[in-house]
Amino acid sequence: MAVCARGLDKFVASLRFCRKWQLQNERLFSTSACRPAAGSEPPKFVPPSKPVIVDKTQSVASMRKFLSPEFVPPRQRTAPFKFFLERKDMVRRRKMLNIPEFYVGSVLAVTMADPNASGKTNRFVGICIQRGGKGLGATFVLRNIVNGQGVEICYELYNPRIQKMEVLKLEKRLDDNLMYLRDALPEYSTIDPEMKPVPFSPTGEVPVNQLKVRMRPKPWSKHWERPKFNIQGIRFDQCLTPRQMEGAQKRAQPWLEYDMLKEYDTSKLQQQILQEVELTENCRTM
Amino acid sequence: MAFPRLLGQLPLLLVQTSSTIIQRNFSVSTAAAAVQKMTRVRVVDNSSLGNTPYHRPPRVIHVYTKNGVGKVGDKVLLAIKGQKKKALIVGHKMPGERMTPRFDSNNVVLIEDNGNPTGTRIKVPVPTSLREMKGDYSKVLAIANTFV
Repeated sequence: MAVCARGLDKFVASLRFCRKWQLQNERLFSTSACRPAAGSEPPKFVPPSKPVIVDKTQSVASMRKFLSPEFVPPRQRTAPFKFFLERKDMVRRRKMLNIPEFYVGSVLAVTMADPNASGKTNRFVGICIQRGGKGLGATFVLRNIVNGQGVEICYELYNPRIQKMEVLKLEKRLDDNLMYLRDALPEYSTIDPEMKPVPFSPTGEVPVNQLKVRMRPKPWSKHWERPKFNIQGIRFDQCLTPRQMEGAQKRAQPWLEYDMLKEYDTSKLQQQILQEVELTENCRTM
Repeated sequence: MAFPRLLGQLPLLLVQTSSTIIQRNFSVSTAAAAVQKMTRVRVVDNSSLGNTPYHRPPRVIHVYTKNGVGKVGDKVLLAIKGQKKKALIVGHKMPGERMTPRFDSNNVVLIEDNGNPTGTRIKVPVPTSLREMKGDYSKVLAIANTFV
């Protein structure tokens, strides 16, 4: 070690001498002598190749740009500051708990703290049939059929009792509200609680399940055939006569599509909020 | 088949998408239906009284609460097979608190006057909130198989 140190010292000293000599003699030598001979091209500057950084710390699911719908505030007469504060709190909670990207129609498994359950935790697997609410009160409803009994649980996304949320199957359906599964045949709401997570690609489009569901005989809890629900995911040809379908179309309100007061374009707002959320997340991690 | 519809609560569901116009201002949940007098219920234990077929379904004729509305853990009086029997509500169709389960049928377990259940097993899942209810439901919980 000492030998290396001595050698290093000598090397450094010689370097210093060379540099000092160079600096002293710069004034004596003309800079034109240092220029290459006239006629030859200067060596073209080749920038060093960019290193490819594979960010392994970034989780697989966050590759797709997804803003959860509860971040976008509704159009109402409230000061935007309220929504800003809520978003701050939402981001803080998301630091503690990984709330994955999911849609209505995805299969989720939620583990929540339950003082009355054995082991203090309660795990429920179900298909998401509805996502409601905005801000910190955002909820989603999971449905499953357990021992022949249909059970639905409305979970709050930001409730501190939730300990873990896993997406077992990420997919979308033809509608964004699957409440009609209550009147559909039970096979469409049954999810195996020991289901293995289905691998999904972190980039690209989310697969849309084109499944059309078969219904139980009428009466249903709601008149799902009516155009106001605009349900695409039911096989109406198997449960309704054409006459009934025509009767349902009588209640159509075709002018609603052209109602300008009902328009609420959230694309710009979504972009803004996405940037803001990403900024706050990065500030925190730094 | 006329259910009393409580139209008091109609949650507004606004679906925002990045494109314009697609908005819904209606409720997609069923009418709130709690257990009250004349409600037809489903007996979920394996007692003979609850499972033998009869030409009339079991109906609630009295709810032992201050208001006449029965929720999970409330005792009710049923009319089954021409006789009166007490029962305990273990799940209803009405959406309750967030994070608690909502069942697709109004489930009921037959009990005696001293609180002992008539049946010996409950196959249907039972909410865990029964454990912290006031009243001695330990025997009913003991015969339950699965908890939600």
